[in-house]
Amino acid sequence: MQQPRTLFDKVWDRHVVVPETADTPGVIYIDLHLVHEVTSPQAFTEIESRGLKTRRPDRTFATLDHSTPTLPAGLNGLKPYVTPEAEAQVHRLEANCARHGISLAGWDSDDRGVVHVMGPELGLTQPGMTVVCGDSHTATHGAFGALAFGIGTSEVAHVLATQCLIQRKSRAMRVTVDGVLSPGVSGKDVALAVIAELGFGGGTGFVIEYAGGAVRSLDMEGRMTLCNMSIEAGARAGMIAPDEKTVAWLKGRRHVPSGEAFERAAVDWLTLATDPGAVFDAELVIDGGAIRPMATWGTTPDAGSPIGSRVPEPKSDSDRKALAYMGFEAGQTTTTQAVDVVFIGSCTNGRLPDLRAAADVLRGRKVKPGVRMLVVPGSEAVRRDAEAEGLHTVFTEAGAEWRIPGCSMCIAMNGDFVLPGQLAVSTSNRNFEGRQGKGARTILASPATAAASAIAGVLTDPRVYLTEAVDA
Amino acid sequence: MPEPLKTLTSKVLVLSQANIDTDQIIPARFLTTTESRGLGAKAFYDWRYEADGSAKPEAVLNRIDPTEHRILLAGDNFGCGSSREHAPWALHDYGFRAVISTSIADIFTSNALKNGFLPVVVDQATWDDLAAHPDQPVTIDLEAQEVRRGNHGPVAFAVEPFARQCLLDGVDTLGWLQKSMPAIEAFERAAQERATAPEPA
Ligand code: SF4
Repeated sequence: MQQPRTLFDKVWDRHVVVPETADTPGVIYIDLHLVHEVTSPQAFTEIESRGLKTRRPDRTFATLDHSTPTLPAGLNGLKPYVTPEAEAQVHRLEANCARHGISLAGWDSDDRGVVHVMGPELGLTQPGMTVVCGDSHTATHGAFGALAFGIGTSEVAHVLATQCLIQRKSRAMRVTVDGVLSPGVSGKDVALAVIAELGFGGGTGFVIEYAGGAVRSLDMEGRMTLCNMSIEAGARAGMIAPDEKTVAWLKGRRHVPSGEAFERAAVDWLTLATDPGAVFDAELVIDGGAIRPMATWGTTPDAGSPIGSRVPEPKSDSDRKALAYMGFEAGQTTTTQAVDVVFIGSCTNGRLPDLRAAADVLRGRKVKPGVRMLVVPGSEAVRRDAEAEGLHTVFTEAGAEWRIPGCSMCIAMNGDFVLPGQLAVSTSNRNFEGRQGKGARTILASPATAAASAIAGVLTDPRVYLTEAVDA
Repeated sequence: MPEPLKTLTSKVLVLSQANIDTDQIIPARFLTTTESRGLGAKAFYDWRYEADGSAKPEAVLNRIDPTEHRILLAGDNFGCGSSREHAPWALHDYGFRAVISTSIADIFTSNALKNGFLPVVVDQATWDDLAAHPDQPVTIDLEAQEVRRGNHGPVAFAVEPFARQCLLDGVDTLGWLQKSMPAIEAFERAAQERATAPEPA
């Protein structure tokens, strides 16, 4: 009888082209390669300098997201690029895609979006696949039971040229979040709680499988949020076994098979779950029922705690530096300092349910004067759906800005940024020094928390504004 | 293709902060480049320069001679965060050839090894010893997989055997991968056949 295997084992085994040995890594086949403007130009240059072509343009999909303005073209018809370099980078991807026969969700496309929002939406991401992108948040796609991870630009060139990567298999970790999540607690709060537990480098060398009742209870978007942030614990990938929710979510999407082929695929997807008795190299169990709305207080994503709890005593120079940068003091809470900016968006929390959660808090209320709130849908599809539901009106009537899709203030390279010294509550994934702009201070939190903080002008537990909220 | 790298002897530059992420190594706003060269000027930019572009005199990276400091000694979890290969490009272009830390992020390690930049993980005691003697030359011997400080050491370090061979011999990894093309084509054919095969009864 075959050894019990993990979800990760099963997906890995299906993609081994050449097995690894003690001396050499294996060669692994890549089903889906996603490309964006920032990490690809040097890779195209590299393969072209060798006279090579993109081997499987049919498995390669590109989008514009990082360097793109989130404001529409002005009256002169010109898009408000932050610099000529940013514009040149966008044109470079357009030209590279045209030359290599790669589909690009460009400016005129209804499909355009942040790469990790767009892939699943179009059904490009499917269970059991290997998915890569020159982007560390590629782990997002693991929510569908795909093995999805970020690669560097040299590896982007490898995949363009060969559709394969040179890889050794990572170790496997299971993170089980049991119990029932409280109302007002989202996938983002689970992610921040898991990272706080594992530590910033705690997942280094591992692929994480998220399991347990609380994980199952998340919708697909919540699962994407959770897998998305695996890299913030150092893990290369995060995965969740496909179940009926996965199958239902994918049905009818453009690149997913239809009819009988779909039924066959769905049966196969459900066989990917980890076998009973399969062994992991590491295990972590968390009580999901104990998770509260979370927020970070430091400059690493693991420096998070329930909103309203006290900032812990620094244990190292790095901790002291982080607290000094953030302007927080040990022993105090982070809920009294005025918030300057609220950002809702990114591949972590820029999907429709995220915007709904924020709108539910904001509806009929106002953003506190002096607070700048920016809502950036993760894709054109999210924008269309949100506008059809009238969410954009909720935001604009509350005093927030409603933008066109892009990475925006998550990485602050398109002209949307937080000013030096300003404090932001952000639904993105990184609170590093300067991540949202030079000198910017970032608190990571869920969309509901971000919205509540915009109303109150200080970091606020969203359950205050949720009528059906139950406090524990 | 990186130049072969066998041994490296240099003073170390100590950056003891933990979790130096790739946004510190090169801030995102410099990623609009379409080149991989010339990024050394942007390495640790926000540590080295004020908002108005003037150099911070107190920044250690502005005070050292990069040609004398080829090795970074960095705090735990170096290179975490974004997958940008611009990070090792910038470090290499600035003049560094290796980083020693107590742990180094996965993607950074993979990117660094492809660019002739050596990530070396040592235990805390070794790290502390190196940090206490920053002006003494340290040798990283890739052939022997050892770190030595003067007559002290040697301390063994691990490096993935294939990556080591590639660095020692200057192997072109894309060229190496292309040698598997027949296996890749066979893999694709088999997958195609499975997909079009009739359902088993
Ligand atoms: S939204 Fe942020 S994390 Fe996601 S792909 Fe864009 S820059 Fe990266």
